[in-house]
Amino acid sequence: MADVLTRPTDPTGPTGPTGASGSGTTTRPAVDPRVRRARRRTTRTAWVLRVVAVGYVLALVALPVASVVQHTFADGLAPVWDVLTSEDFLAALRLTTVVAGIAVVLNTVFGVGTGYLLVRYRFWGRRFLSAVIDLPISISPIVVGVALILVYGTYGWFGGALEDAGLRVIFALPGMVLATVLVSLPLVLREVVPTLEEAGIEQEQAAQSLGANAWQRFWRVTLPTIKWALAYGVALSLARSLGEFGAVRVVSGSVAGESQTLTLYVNDSYQEFGPDAQRQAFAAAFVLMAVAVVLIVVIAALRPKEEKA
Amino acid sequence: MTSPTRGLGRTPSRLAAALAAASLLAVAGCSSSSDDNASGTGGGGGDKTIDLVGFAVIQAAYDELAKGFAATDEGEGVKVKGSFGASGAQSRAVIAGQDADLVALSLTPDVTNIADAGLVPEDWDADEHKGIVSDSVVVLAVRKGNPKNITGWDDIVQPGVGIVTADPGTSGAAKWNLLGAYTHGLGENKDKAAGEEFLGKFVKNVVSWNDSGRTATDAFVKGTGDVLISYENEAIAARAAGVELDYVVPETTFLIENPAAVTTSASQAAKDFLEFVKSEEGQKILISKGFRSPYGVQPTEDVEGANDPANPFPDAKIWTVEDLGGWSVVNDELFDKENGLVTKLRGA
Amino acid sequence: MSLLTQDRAAPSAFRRGRRPGELTPGAGLGLGVGVLWLSLLVLLPVAAIVSSAFEDGFAGFWAAVTDAEALAAIRFTVGASLLVTAVNAVVGTLIAWVLVRDRFPGKRVLEVVIDIPFALPTIVAGLVLITLYGPTSPFGVNLVGTRAGVVLALLFVTLPFVVRSVQPVLIDADREVEQAAASLGASGYTIFRRVILPTVLPAVVSGSALSFARALGEFGSVILISANLIGKTQVSSSYILKMIESQDEVAAASVATLLLVVAVVVTVVLDVVQRKAARRG
Repeated sequence: MADVLTRPTDPTGPTGPTGASGSGTTTRPAVDPRVRRARRRTTRTAWVLRVVAVGYVLALVALPVASVVQHTFADGLAPVWDVLTSEDFLAALRLTTVVAGIAVVLNTVFGVGTGYLLVRYRFWGRRFLSAVIDLPISISPIVVGVALILVYGTYGWFGGALEDAGLRVIFALPGMVLATVLVSLPLVLREVVPTLEEAGIEQEQAAQSLGANAWQRFWRVTLPTIKWALAYGVALSLARSLGEFGAVRVVSGSVAGESQTLTLYVNDSYQEFGPDAQRQAFAAAFVLMAVAVVLIVVIAALRPKEEKA
Repeated sequence: MTSPTRGLGRTPSRLAAALAAASLLAVAGCSSSSDDNASGTGGGGGDKTIDLVGFAVIQAAYDELAKGFAATDEGEGVKVKGSFGASGAQSRAVIAGQDADLVALSLTPDVTNIADAGLVPEDWDADEHKGIVSDSVVVLAVRKGNPKNITGWDDIVQPGVGIVTADPGTSGAAKWNLLGAYTHGLGENKDKAAGEEFLGKFVKNVVSWNDSGRTATDAFVKGTGDVLISYENEAIAARAAGVELDYVVPETTFLIENPAAVTTSASQAAKDFLEFVKSEEGQKILISKGFRSPYGVQPTEDVEGANDPANPFPDAKIWTVEDLGGWSVVNDELFDKENGLVTKLRGA
Repeated sequence: MSLLTQDRAAPSAFRRGRRPGELTPGAGLGLGVGVLWLSLLVLLPVAAIVSSAFEDGFAGFWAAVTDAEALAAIRFTVGASLLVTAVNAVVGTLIAWVLVRDRFPGKRVLEVVIDIPFALPTIVAGLVLITLYGPTSPFGVNLVGTRAGVVLALLFVTLPFVVRSVQPVLIDADREVEQAAASLGASGYTIFRRVILPTVLPAVVSGSALSFARALGEFGSVILISANLIGKTQVSSSYILKMIESQDEVAAASVATLLLVVAVVVTVVLDVVQRKAARRG
């Protein structure tokens, strides 16, 4: 029930029946009939809004997700388990975890370090830097992949030289890591910066005046301050990295068992014939979905609950 | 002011967060502890792995071939790691650096390009079959029961018939399909004007140009279009896998010839594997997957999925690339990106 | 959408004798490393895209983006993204309102469900949608190969942006103004239009910018349901992929550059609008 007007602050209205809008609470101060009328109108509107909101989310998200779960387990648990223990799936899982793990670590280090610099210092190009960091999120993942190929591919700007030095980027792990790092670049930084800004510098200054060096200040003062925002950013970054598809599709050869991430596994399996392949696709999709939901729950737990304010 | 106390009083959620983090780390831990390396600087993973780069449609066939090879002496303990995708795209990927010991592509030019880049020996096609390891023909796949009553090429250029095919920019299958249509139009007299006219009508009816032969099949199966132009072996494999479609081998069709070659950095295992593919046993496996054999090996068992499993490869008037003057002529006239006939017709 | 909301007088640095906010050598080194990392990762690749687009001069770029197939893809993508953004602006605000101001059993579940599209891999999102709205749909609704299907996929992946952008603003909003308006006899609609809307408008706008940018470049969730019908449901990202696989780098880079420009322009415009709205509100 909408509670836009549940805090009646007007004590001077004429007395009237309490709880007129069916709020269900027992003791209520007298409410101005105009407010009551407005409240009743709002209640009906509130119902409409609620139905629309819930219905929309249901039809768009909840039902399709439920249907995938149902589809995955249509033949029971055993076939799904077979897929989840198959070699190709496990290799894909391994690869995805490694790539996402490295990407998250890199982005966390970058996010915290650069975030700190952006907030605590002033230097020329600060705004430009922050705009550049925000850029990858607006770029299509396909374009991210193409851009990486143009620079690090065999015929790219640096690719030839790198390969001569023995480092292959595209069609290999480094390329996939780079692609994943790019698409989730600002996520940790974005979460950490507002907290750092809010926290202000007083505690750090106090620590300094007590003789702490930069590292101690960072480790003992700054980090604990931002730890929840950091965890939130890491969870977001992890979700994004695990789920990356488009950019990795462009830079990886998708060799099953070797350079095929879980998302590529889902795609490749889906495009094969036969019930086995479809089952593979759905089983892998289910795993990814389950991980995503777990991460969301973690993220929701970490999101500051300001509604109580 | 920030509250470092943000986390206080929500122990259950923190516990959940910690548990989730721990379980994810555990997965990462036990997975990265096992040996895994996907960053290559050269060919595959040593003598016992073969990096196969193939076109999309042959995946199931090469899975079987790998199993068959592993059962032989030379193939014992050898693992085949396959990357499958649109033939043209795969060809370019290998040139751009993707690891490959064996390339099995849809048409000869895709391998020739790799040879020109120095990654495949120049004499890869010096054998009597010019490096071709499997054949097929272009067929018209329709919905089960053939509701639109399609019996041949002329039926599919009628108004209201949606054609699903692949895109010649990326796919080898696409080129074979277009050649099938073109040669039907050419007819007995090799009338180029008639061929162009027919091809024009064909292009107009195309509703879906897909990335590869496989994605074309996938699009058709998932509901797009009325007729799918594809390889005979693809239609057979789909039916064998339970997909509900029928296919028609038209009166005149085109011979699809798929080459395979080892790369210059290939291991002995890869060379042995290629020999296996060309051997009678290998050819029999390919036949069981719906391919025709360029080596003249005949089917000895029923081929599951074929229209008539006992007689899976019916005759037809089959054109070949040679009839049109070879690939360089065909590529220039039909598929050139600027001036090719297909480009012009699609732009019209 | 700028990361830095405060630009006030800088906090002090940590070394005696330095001006406030001035970089220490250590910080300078860290900044250098960060800038190098960013260059290798973002600036160089973006530069490569733009330079590749103009490899054949402006004529080459122009020819690439006015190619019939490219134009159709761009037009469709931009159109669909605008439509989706408009829908999200309205529905997202509505949902945020319900989440903040309403109370009913299962609201917590709704919150989690709304976040699913953000955390879900795009290809899985595509699979999810095609299962319910594709050929195997239990409702008999087959949206494969239709523009509606593509729009549906875009709505799916952009759902959380406006909602999550508006929510904190609504949470922080001061209810007393609304109550005052109500007690003065304003109708619900008037309260919404005069009090609530100006408050949330900046958030709606910034969430819409995110939604638009995301929809413009979306690939994974769209690729399955669109069936890539040229001139009908082919999206720009798919066209770019095809061009790069056909080794037509100029075409791929040109369309990519165009999309980049569109995204930047819209983002800047919306940023200006948002700031104006914030100032007025």
